Amino acid sequence: MANHSTSHPTHVQHHFVDSDQQFDTAKLGMWVFLVNEILFFGGLFCAYIVYRAWYPELFQMAALELNTFWGAVNTVVLIGSSLTVAMAIRSAQKNQMKGLKINLLITIALAVVFMVIKGFEYAHKFELGIFPGDFYTYEGLDHPQANVFFGIYYMLTGVHALHVLIGIGLIFWIYLRARKGEFSSEYYTPVEITGLYWHLVDLIWIFLFPLLYLIE
Amino acid sequence: MATAEVSPASTGTKKTFKVKRYIPSENPKKTFFTEERGLWAWLTTVDHKKIGLMYLGSVTFFFLLGGILALLLRTELLTPAQTFIEADTYNQFFTLHGAIMVFFVLVPSIPAALGNFVLPMQLGAKDVAFPRLNLASLYIYIIGAIFTFIALASNGLDTGWTFYTPYSTESTSSVIWVTMGVFILGFSSILTGTNFIATIHKLRAPGITWSKLPLNIWALYATSIMQVLATPVLAITLLLLTMERFLGVGIFDPSLGGDPVLYQHFFWFYSHPAVYIMIVPGFGIISEVITTFSKKHIFGYWAIALSSLAIAFIGFLVWGHHMFTSGQSAVATTVFSFLTFLVGIPTGIKILNWVATLYKGSIEMKTPMVYVFVFLFLFSIGGFTGIMLGALSADIHLHDTYYVVAHFHYVMMGGTLIALLAGLHYWWPKMTGKMYNEFQAKIGAALIFIGFNMTFLPQFIMGSQGMPRRYYNYIDQFTIFHQTSTIGSYILGVGFLLIAYYLAKSLMSGERAGSNPWGSRGLEWQSTSPPDLHNFDHTPVVINGPYDYHKPMEEFQLGLANAHDEKH
Amino acid sequence: MGSLFDFMLPELKSPLTGASTDALMGFIHLVSFIILAGVTIAMIYFAIKYKRKSDDDQTPLITHNNTLELTWSVIPLILVFIVFGWGYSGWLNLKAVPDNAYEIQVSAYKWGWTFSYENGAQVGNEVHVPAGRPVKLVMKSQDVLHSFFVPDYRIKQDVLPNRYTYVWFQADEAGESQVFCTEYCGTSHSDMLAKVIVHTQSDFENWLASQNTGGGGTPVERGESLLTLQGCVTCHSVDGSEKIGPTFQKLFGREETMTDGTTLTVDENYIRESILDPGAKIVEGYQNQMVSYEGRLSDDDISDIIEYIKTLD
Repeated sequence: MANHSTSHPTHVQHHFVDSDQQFDTAKLGMWVFLVNEILFFGGLFCAYIVYRAWYPELFQMAALELNTFWGAVNTVVLIGSSLTVAMAIRSAQKNQMKGLKINLLITIALAVVFMVIKGFEYAHKFELGIFPGDFYTYEGLDHPQANVFFGIYYMLTGVHALHVLIGIGLIFWIYLRARKGEFSSEYYTPVEITGLYWHLVDLIWIFLFPLLYLIE
Repeated sequence: MATAEVSPASTGTKKTFKVKRYIPSENPKKTFFTEERGLWAWLTTVDHKKIGLMYLGSVTFFFLLGGILALLLRTELLTPAQTFIEADTYNQFFTLHGAIMVFFVLVPSIPAALGNFVLPMQLGAKDVAFPRLNLASLYIYIIGAIFTFIALASNGLDTGWTFYTPYSTESTSSVIWVTMGVFILGFSSILTGTNFIATIHKLRAPGITWSKLPLNIWALYATSIMQVLATPVLAITLLLLTMERFLGVGIFDPSLGGDPVLYQHFFWFYSHPAVYIMIVPGFGIISEVITTFSKKHIFGYWAIALSSLAIAFIGFLVWGHHMFTSGQSAVATTVFSFLTFLVGIPTGIKILNWVATLYKGSIEMKTPMVYVFVFLFLFSIGGFTGIMLGALSADIHLHDTYYVVAHFHYVMMGGTLIALLAGLHYWWPKMTGKMYNEFQAKIGAALIFIGFNMTFLPQFIMGSQGMPRRYYNYIDQFTIFHQTSTIGSYILGVGFLLIAYYLAKSLMSGERAGSNPWGSRGLEWQSTSPPDLHNFDHTPVVINGPYDYHKPMEEFQLGLANAHDEKH
Repeated sequence: MGSLFDFMLPELKSPLTGASTDALMGFIHLVSFIILAGVTIAMIYFAIKYKRKSDDDQTPLITHNNTLELTWSVIPLILVFIVFGWGYSGWLNLKAVPDNAYEIQVSAYKWGWTFSYENGAQVGNEVHVPAGRPVKLVMKSQDVLHSFFVPDYRIKQDVLPNRYTYVWFQADEAGESQVFCTEYCGTSHSDMLAKVIVHTQSDFENWLASQNTGGGGTPVERGESLLTLQGCVTCHSVDGSEKIGPTFQKLFGREETMTDGTTLTVDENYIRESILDPGAKIVEGYQNQMVSYEGRLSDDDISDIIEYIKTLD
């Protein structure tokens, strides 16, 4: 137990007693933030549940408009990226800086692949006239509330995609810091908490995929 | 030189520390005011005390704005028809009064302003867990405020602070700017909550176990949990509302196949816990002040601590009581009414515990204590009328009348704001190192008490007689109540001006306050007034509970003996 | 019971819907008053009795008292259970419409009410009902949320655009009661008032029979009743007084300056356009507040309204 007269390692901020305390605190803070993220998406899931209960047939019809194959590919891509981010943390713990950097880059690449596939999906829908809300012009779905389903679809996938983009930014920033050699087995807190965030982004997609694409 | 066996928060296992007594200097040379001076240092500071004071300044500014709007509204209501402003202006004013007071004043007031200042000190920490995030939350608050000002400068807002659809999707006013402003503001609230939770869990000084946490910390802890769990739902609701206006997504708009009652569910899922986000921190202050000025151990520590958490928990399950007349399902209505009564119980327990604390105390009626008495009286009325509104058949009659307006002003203003005033007067000497004029402060409290009751008691009567809220014109029979209420609001206004005057004056020419002018046992008082940049010049060690007034003061002034002392 | 607080409530004119509510409110007020007085007296008594004598006062260590705390948790709990049950039963009564209720259709709009009867009669901002018989109002909104509130009957219900809601009451004696809109709905929310007019059963039947069920009367008379029925007069006066929109008095043939600076003389086509597409040309000094009446008024209705406006000199 040190008091503040003893010298801190450089990465420990002045108000923490030691490195462990700082690590625990950062991790706790991130978990609290993730809970808050879950509630954020929870609101959208509630809207989904309510409308699905009101118009079950609409959700079945509309799910057929979504491309299950590319949705499944994206699921695999994201699960893969979750694995590589976990491997990045593992590398950091073992002080393997090269492994850390490679795994971070693979994660970024997979996230980009996800976004590209998502982009093609969106582009295809726009071509058909499946725009959100007022701009919805598609006539292939015979249901008066079809626009509501796609409203929810775009909100859910859009907000998720925004999280993926933020994740790409964060992981890239972690990569830059890793290149500068800021991390070691002693200090890898940012890697760990960014990894936590990325797992959440992945987890939410794992819920979105069956709820939107796989309704029989 | 002595030793103490206590457990540090970071490990949890008991350890023996060498401790010694530290007596805070009565005339500190270095304080957080004298270090890191200048505008730039303030704007970029990560010091929780400076951030707290900047929050206090912002909140005061918005309170002034909201207060002026309130006085304009009351002036308009002097006569049944038009007095001096148009109906549309009136509608904008009450909307902005509500939105500003709720989102910009009450939600951040106690946690972000006073809490930021006091919380790390009560924990014996040097700062909150994430100081930079703390500063970020202040700036996010300001960005949210700018969005709202843009709305004000463009078309204003006339939807009521609840933004009910479909009115809010049709209105020609700047709904998007304000909802985005509140959306951004929500992040500020979330960051503060996250910060406090991490700080309370991980940054407690050696010896502060959960059973030795000051009740203010318990209250802020419960508040933070609610902020983290409820605010994101408001965020997504406002995002959906914005998208509804931008794109016509159709989830809440009946003309596109959506449902306005669903919007109300979403909105109140946040906004009811928000009521507790506003009031629970006030409970914390009351516990601190009432023990200090009766020099006595709090009565029922665990009952008060855990009832805050109970309120936080049950508070999430009662949102539907805002919607008894909305057309929600009968089952929902029944369940929400029942749970509403359950949330009243822990609140009632607190009040009785506070009164019991006074029994056989050594009671000194200094200004903060006067405010506690005012709080207990006004908040009780707010609580009882809340029970009235929770009763289904009575609510059908009273919903959306002035009875509701009076009720939530008794809770929010008579509760939260009075508690804020209690806390402000209590910690003012700690924050500024200056003492205000006690006599003027008591006159101010009296004006507030009289003005408040004169403003809002008549509103119970006219509400009960059928006067609906948000009315620009009213029928003649209500005139006398409205006029009494308006005169009361002017007295309230004068009271607040007086408070602003003597507090400002104390900054210039106030007497120097000692480090512990009230003789409190709280850890925040074992530092200099104002505190040093790092709060304490030692690591505090706590062996007693925060309300152990039966133990001598020296046992509350312990800190780790450092290496230098050990040699002797 | 509760006579102490009777001054707070308006006279009860529908005991079947309001008696239980009044009794409950009296009970809560009384119990609250007793407890509040107890708490206040205790506070003040302690403050005087245990006033600080010196800074060295010693206080006894009283940390808690389980019996006491349990008592003051359980007693309020029992009290609130009573209140819950009482309120719940009163509310069930408000939801359970008697079988023999007389049904009236209500349409709410910005900013007025239209009441429609079984024989096709329509009345604006006045609902005529028989005394001594339960009346059920089936309500729907044409635009935003509204709420139907009659303080004398202790009833209130939101009116929604996407579903029907209902209330019922039974006024025992002939007379009048005030109706308020209690869900904020914009500029003239506070003018969205109506009256319940209670007739004896026979008077009511006479009144209903005498009602113009459409088609009768001269065009001017029809136009006049349409102005009330459709709520036009909420915003446009017929006597020259200033309201949200321009007055109809001497409107026809008047020269008006528009917000874009152009001037025009009000004729049939301008009035027609303003009813169907209110935002097209706005008179200077006014806001675009009005909703389109397309689909709500037929061509004949509009012609009738124009004929009536021509008579307003």
